[in-house]
This record gives sequence, C-alpha cells and structure tokens, in this order.
Amino acid sequence: MATAEVAHHDHHDHHPTGLMRWVTTTNHKDIGTLYLIFAFIMFLLGGAMALVIRAELFQPGLQVVDPHFFNQMTTVHALVMVFGAIMPGMVGFANWQIPLMIGAPDMALPRLNNWSFWILPFAATLLMSSFLTGGGGPAAGWTLYAPLTIQGGMGVDLTIFAVHMLGVSSVLGAINIIVTVFNMRAPGMHFMKMPLFVWTWLITAFLLIAVMPVFAGAVTMLLTDRHFGTAFFDPAGGGDPVLFQHIFWFFGHPEVYIMILPAFGIISAIIPTFSRKPLFGYTSMVLAVAGIAFLSFIVWAHHMFTVGMPLVGEIYFMYATMLIAVPTGVKIFNWVATMWRGSMTFETPMLFGVGVVFLFTIGGLSGLMLGITPADFQYHDTYFVVAHFHYVLFSGSAMAMMGGTYYWLPKWTGHMYDEKLGKWHFWLTSIFFNIAFFPQHFLGLAGMPRRIPDYALQFTEFNVISSIGAFGLGITQLLFGYIVYKCIKGGEKATSEVWDNPEGLEWTLPSPPPYHTFETPPVVK
Amino acid sequence: MFRLEKVLAALTTTFALLTMAAPVGAETQRWGLNLPTPVSPIGHEILELHNWIMLICAIIFVAVFAVMFYSIYAHRKSKGHEASQFSHSTFAEILWTVVPVLILVGMAIPATATLINMEDTSEADLTVKITGYQWKWNYEYMDYGVSFYSNLATPREQIENKAEKGEHYLLEVDKHVVLPVNKKIRFLLTANDVIHSWWVPEIAVKKDAIPGYINEIWTLIEKPGIYRGQCTELCGKDHGFMPVVVEAVTEEEFDAWVAKKVAEQEQSSIDQFQLGTESLVQTVEVGALR
Ligand SMILES: [Cu+2]
Repeated sequence: MATAEVAHHDHHDHHPTGLMRWVTTTNHKDIGTLYLIFAFIMFLLGGAMALVIRAELFQPGLQVVDPHFFNQMTTVHALVMVFGAIMPGMVGFANWQIPLMIGAPDMALPRLNNWSFWILPFAATLLMSSFLTGGGGPAAGWTLYAPLTIQGGMGVDLTIFAVHMLGVSSVLGAINIIVTVFNMRAPGMHFMKMPLFVWTWLITAFLLIAVMPVFAGAVTMLLTDRHFGTAFFDPAGGGDPVLFQHIFWFFGHPEVYIMILPAFGIISAIIPTFSRKPLFGYTSMVLAVAGIAFLSFIVWAHHMFTVGMPLVGEIYFMYATMLIAVPTGVKIFNWVATMWRGSMTFETPMLFGVGVVFLFTIGGLSGLMLGITPADFQYHDTYFVVAHFHYVLFSGSAMAMMGGTYYWLPKWTGHMYDEKLGKWHFWLTSIFFNIAFFPQHFLGLAGMPRRIPDYALQFTEFNVISSIGAFGLGITQLLFGYIVYKCIKGGEKATSEVWDNPEGLEWTLPSPPPYHTFETPPVVK
Repeated sequence: MFRLEKVLAALTTTFALLTMAAPVGAETQRWGLNLPTPVSPIGHEILELHNWIMLICAIIFVAVFAVMFYSIYAHRKSKGHEASQFSHSTFAEILWTVVPVLILVGMAIPATATLINMEDTSEADLTVKITGYQWKWNYEYMDYGVSFYSNLATPREQIENKAEKGEHYLLEVDKHVVLPVNKKIRFLLTANDVIHSWWVPEIAVKKDAIPGYINEIWTLIEKPGIYRGQCTELCGKDHGFMPVVVEAVTEEEFDAWVAKKVAEQEQSSIDQFQLGTESLVQTVEVGALR
C-alpha cells in the first residue's frame, strides 16, 4: 500500500508507514523513539501521582485523598517511575545510540527488539488497570513487602503480572544489547575504545539479566502465597517475611545501579564534548563502573538494617556499602578532572551535565551517611531516605536523560532545539527540584516517617515548601515536552557534528541520520 | 502554622555547614533541623557520629565543587581558555582512590564501636515486649505481668479538619509506655499481622516488629520526660496513625505506676471472670429452656 510512497526512498526503506510503521518496526531508531516517548508519558503519569501525594502533604490533616488511596499513589508512583520511566528511557537511549556509537547497522536482534518494546504498553496498562479493581491498586509500597502485600486485593495480582512482563521486556532488551555489543562492533572498535555509554549499558545489561529473574521469582512466590496456599513469607505457615526482603533487595540494590549506570554513561559523553577535552581516566571509569556493578550484588541488606540482623552481618553490610563510595568518588573526580583546564561552554546538555554531577553528589553523600549502620537506624524509613533517593534518581538518572536528550536530539531530528527554552528548562528543573527535595532532609532528621498521608504539626513548614517545589517541578516538565516537540517539528538545521568537534561515530553521520546507517561498517583507527 | 523563622534557620544552618562556620548549633536543635537532642547513651553516640560524618561529607562536597566551580569560572571558552588535552594522571587517580579509603576507615571505626554497643542487650533491668497490630501497639511488661494496648488519641475531627489540631496532633496516645529513667531497658519486638517498626527518635530506638520474629533492642533513658515517635514501616491504611508515646519517670514513680497497673489488671480480671460466669449461667439457662 505504501510502495508508491517509498519508491523514491533508498532501496532499504520498504517499511510500512503510518501506525503500522511503529507497530511492526525493527529499526533501532524507531524503537528507540518509541521507548523514549513511552518513558516520557510514564514520567508525566508518575509525576501526576507524585503531585497527588504532594497535594495531600501540603497541609497537615487529610484533605485530598484517603490514606488507602495515598498508599496506592506512593506505590504506583514509584513503580511507574522505576519501571515505566527511567528503565525504558535508558533503553531508548541504548537503542538509538549503541548502534550509532559502535558502528553497527542495527541491533543484533531486531525482531526481539520490537517485542521488548511492545510488551511495555501492555504491562503498563495491566498495572494501571489495578486501580479499577475492588481493592484498588497495590498499596504496600513499591518494595511489595510481605505480608502486607498478601493482604492486598486483586490489584496486587495485576501488579505481579505487570512485573513479570516488565521483567521479560528488560531481560530481552538486555540480551539484545549484550549480543549487539559483542558481535556488531565495527572493525577497530575494540572494547577499550567503546564510548563509556556503551560500556555502562553493557554492564547494566548483565545486571538486568542477573536480577530481573530474581525479582520475578520473588513476586511469583508472593502470588502463590496469595492464592495457592504456600507460605513462603507467611509466618503463620512457617514462612519468613524477612526472606522476601532479602530476595527483593538482592534485586533491588543492583536495580538502583541499573538506573544510574547508563546515566553515568550519558554524563561521560556530555562533559568531554563541552569541555573540548577527552574524558579523563577512561580506563578507571570503566573499572569504576565494573566495580560498582560487582559491589551492587553484595550490599543488599543495607536496606534492611532495622530488621534485626546478627552483628557481624550488620558490620559486613556496612563496610561493603561504604566501599561503593570509592568507585563512585572516582567517577565524580574524573568528571571534574575532565572539566579542569578545558575550554568550557554551557549549552543546555552541559548545564544538565554539571547539574547532575553536583546534585547526584549530594545524593551520593547522603547515601554514604545511610550506609553507616548506627546512624541508619535513625534515618531508615524517614524522609531523609526519600530525599536521598530522589537526589540519586531524579537529579541523577532523570536529569541525565534530559541532558542526553538535548545532546543527541539535534542528531536524531536534524534540528537544533530552542536553546533559550532549554536553558529555562534546566534552571527551573534544578531550582524546583531542590525546593521540593532539599527540605525533606530536614523532615527526615526531625523524625517524619516516609509513606504517611498526614503528619505532626512540627513538620508543616518543610512540607509546604516541598509541595510548592514539587508542583513547580512537575509543571516545568511540560515545557520539556514542548521543547522536544518543537524540535521534532522544525528548527535550525543541525550540522552532522552538531557540537564543536565532539568525539564518536554518531557525529560522522548526517543529522538526521538516514533510516539505515553503517550498512558498510566504518573503520575505527 | 507556617513559621518563617524555621525556614530561615534551615537556610542559615545549611549555609553554616557548607562554610564550616558552625556545623550544628543550638538553633539547629531548637528548630528541629537535625536529629533531635538525644536522651540515651546510644542516642548521644549516634548524634555525634551523624554530625561528624555529615561534616566530613560537607567538607568533601565543598572541596570538590570549589574545584569544579573554579574550573567553570576560569576554564571557559568565553574567557578564551584553550583546552589542554591531558586525559589521565596515574598519580591523581591513585590519590583519589586511596584518600577516600582512608576517610572511610576513619568513619568505620567509630561506627563499628557504636554498633557493637547498640546490639548489646545483655544485663537489662527491665524487659518490655512490644507487639505491633494494625494499627495500634501492645506493650507487655514481662517482669510484672502488666500489659495493655496503646491507641492513637487524636480525635477524628482534627484529622478531618473539622476541629483545630492540638499541640501533639497525631503524636498522642490513650496509654503511654511508662518507663523508669537510668535503667537499661530491653525491648522485645514482634507483630501480629504485618511488619511494623517501633521508633522513638530521642531514645534512639528503631527496630522492626515482624510477625514470627522476636527482635531485640535496648535503651537507657537519662531524663524524665515525654518522648514521641511513630510506626516507621508501611503497615497498611492507618500506618500514619499509630504513634508511640514514651513517658520516662523516676524509679519511685515507675514502681507506683506498676503497682497501680497490677491492681487494675487484677480487678479487671475479676470483673471479667464474673462476666464470664454470668454468661455461662445464661447459656446454661438458654440450654435448659430448650
Ligand atoms: Cu505500623
């Protein structure tokens, strides 16, 4: 039907147009775009839920929602952001960038690639449909701790199936990335020549394959506890609620790095370009990522110091956790050293790059504090933790993705984005983010537990401020959507290099790159 | 009730910490910007550890970003700075691997000492068993056979904004946990339905109450007073509405309280027995009528 349309295109372009193009596509660029759009929609959806939370917490007393719905909001906000926004967003970057960066014509397993994406909208629909069931959505926190999850209604079962599907999607995506990186590199693209973004994703893919099945196992055990009479986690039947936490965090801790390592990769691409200097300490960066990934498997119980572990266990998990500060520090220092004596300019991607280094470090340092076991007894499950992980996940992962979007968007679309609006987006995001989350450190230290719909009066001030910041932050993201939309629709033509002499194979291609790229592999000297 | 002074105090404190002028002052404690003033030995140790580590983190933060912002100021293209092309320095890389390790060792030593202290529940003077329920706490004084439930005392109207909120809104209960000062108190924690967590910041006790488990933790309260806390593990709908109120009293007052409780409990078990007999008699009568 579309033959006439594509006849004047190059001979490889025999693909359907319109909606079917997106449903049947096996092209890494199309699939990357789909992932990114999906992630952005989920980001807005999860953000809307966060605003319900912040609206309720704006003032003491119950005003907006009832406590059960509040718990559904905290739970689904987290699930949507983690599994719907950040992870798929990073996969979107991987799809677009990895083949371009290693000089491959496409991902190694293109049909699998299509399937990994198209599982996601169904999984998300399943998760959202839980709100329509009798008991509402899952309300036990994204950590799904038993036995509370065993009490939930059918919404929990839908969540479990959604998690299964998301897990399948992630593992397939990860397999694809590993196979691509191992087999599709252009001649001369040795492992130690790969851009750091490719390295971080390669290591992340191994993490995904290692831990997503563990999570799937944990939720399946929950499912059988709920419906088939097993008692893995139910003490009444001889089960062990703490076992669930061990299994969950064996997945959950590497999961944190699954979300942050590709962000490190994006930052490591942005900072050298705008410093006009090569990345400082490439080898130690790769080793640091590998080190962080390895350590991520052996520190999980630092999320559960208060469950009552033996003393030696607590000491071990404290020391192992503190060790993570070393490779993480190496990365921060290397980024600063990359900027040092460069020739810096501050286009929007660089603003995000510097902003992420600065704000992520706050989250890293509060993470170090949380790793100190005796002090963690006071911080645990308070707003101090909420502040910490938002500094890591929002001003780490999410803002790195925004920076990455501005960095590669001219390449992807062939148009420059609106620089002025981009800068506005950066400053508003950073300022509102800090207004929303910095005061939460004070709340946590002063004793406000997380996941409560109402609070004692001494917590009023910072909750008011935090809510104002959150609404500002949420609204600002609509601007982001507008900037990207505007850039897709038109704008100043981008050159193939886009920036001032950036490093990497993607910049040797025209902007936008043709539908099929590197059909004859480039030779990397 | 929005106190602007508190917000200003927060800004000054953050600024003071970052400029190393005054890491933690009385202002900080007064406005509740840091961990609350502790009243137990472990509480003091934790606060000291926390302040110390936070200070080190602030120093690292300031040092790293002083370098970064200097670089951003000086090494920019608009100032005509030419990029040098160095891409590694073995010395620097070893330096910023080794120095953090040393700093971490410096943090780990006091942390380990405190941790060992925290976990030593031996030789307690008094044992209180705490059981979490959805959504209230049960306290059992093992040495005296005293036991009672403690529920949120804040009226519904205050929560629903139909009445003015009291001073201890959401942090008030019908029955306080009365404890003697200067005694080593051991808590045994468990739960009856889902996981809860018993937390009172000032006495530095937070431990999960898990069904099927009995956890241990201890404290020694140095000052008489009322200390308030909350459940900190999401436990369902009313997780935000199961506070903890500890009332620390002198030994004599504590003994008197125990004696009163014991007497009350005996009286109520007699009442219950009578109630039981009455209903038994009724049952028999009903049976006879048939
Ligand atoms: Cu509870």
